[in-house]
Amino acid sequence: MSDDKLLLSRRNALKCMAYGGAGTLFVLAGGVFTPVDLAMAGEYGRGGSKAGKPLFVQISDTHIGFNKEANPDVSGTFTQTIDLVNAMPEQPALIIHTGDITHLSKAAEFDLAEQMLSRLRTTELHTVPGEHDTTDSTVTEYFSRFGKASNNKGYYSFDHAGVHFIALINVLQFKPGGLGTLGAEQLAWVAADLKGRSSSTPIVVFAHMPLWTIYEPWGWGTGDSDQLMSQLRRFGSVTVLNGHIHQIVQKVEGNVTFHTARSTAYPQPLAGVGSGPGPLKVPPDQLAQMLGITSVTVMKHPHSLMLNDAALA
Amino acid sequence: MNFKPYRTSLALISLAALSGVAALGPTIAWAADSAKVLIKDFMFMPMSVTVKTGATVSWVNMDDEPHTIVSDTGLFRSSGLDTNESFSYKFDKPGTYHIACSIHPRMVATIVVE
Repeated sequence: MSDDKLLLSRRNALKCMAYGGAGTLFVLAGGVFTPVDLAMAGEYGRGGSKAGKPLFVQISDTHIGFNKEANPDVSGTFTQTIDLVNAMPEQPALIIHTGDITHLSKAAEFDLAEQMLSRLRTTELHTVPGEHDTTDSTVTEYFSRFGKASNNKGYYSFDHAGVHFIALINVLQFKPGGLGTLGAEQLAWVAADLKGRSSSTPIVVFAHMPLWTIYEPWGWGTGDSDQLMSQLRRFGSVTVLNGHIHQIVQKVEGNVTFHTARSTAYPQPLAGVGSGPGPLKVPPDQLAQMLGITSVTVMKHPHSLMLNDAALA
Repeated sequence: MNFKPYRTSLALISLAALSGVAALGPTIAWAADSAKVLIKDFMFMPMSVTVKTGATVSWVNMDDEPHTIVSDTGLFRSSGLDTNESFSYKFDKPGTYHIACSIHPRMVATIVVE
């Protein structure tokens, strides 16, 4: 397939983005995100070798335990999400949950979430906690279930299909009045983890709170993320995936793509609209369109990652 | 004219007045015996309270979003408070205490204990 089919005029690109809807496909090529019509993307996917098989699916902000008006049945929408993933014609190799698994860090909430996650056909699961998962000061509930990969530190890395994954925790260190924090120990660990790795290795970094400043007055950012990004800039393909804000926001900076995912529980207002980042009530028939997942596929040519946001409706 | 008796009277009146003031008793304290803080729209209301030593402050969450009350020195910490849930702390020592919500760290407040 020629590259010409992927190129859209700016007007067509803007038209595409206005739809949002069931699925928005962004192809990363040469460091630039280009929106591609889903029908075309389907062809494109089938054209490449293994290009249609997603490497992983990102699920975020499931908030098991939430029961207010914005979504009285978060377990129901989570079940719909799991059904959506299980119905994908090609199953992802792994699942990444970017945190706020539960709403109040309660044992019963974690138990239910784990039970529901076990219904996924893909069994390899990697998680990072959100601030809703760590309201008990010792973080016992989260770490007793998900702490093994990081020896209860919250940060760890692994490799899959030539992609290097880095899981980070930015909801633990608590500075009143501040944004999320990575901390010196974690940043030093990242430096050691990246040392000696070839710059052509695709990197995926995932953490709960945004690793770039989206809106500081609402805490949408991480105070020391600049120190992280300076370590990542030498790599040819870096994808930064976060949750926390319950909506899709993205930015491309050179070889780095930043992307936040929808929640499976409830949406939040756009930055600065209203008194704070609380649950956003929408008409019930619109809720499913604002919830969803992100699936990520490795493109063979160019060697980069393609993100596909899919809503529940 | 002999003014001595007038001055003496004035002196007596002044003395009486001073004694009267002294007889009023100890100074009245303005700090509260207890305080209730509402958490609403991602803010602690009021953002600053003044209470007497030994007073109890309670916080109640009126938001749809959970919040916590965490002292910046680690002295006390609530669990995640759902809507309408509350937390209390008895301040036995005078001083100025700073708190924040650990889920939304920009939410801060002060308790002055006199």
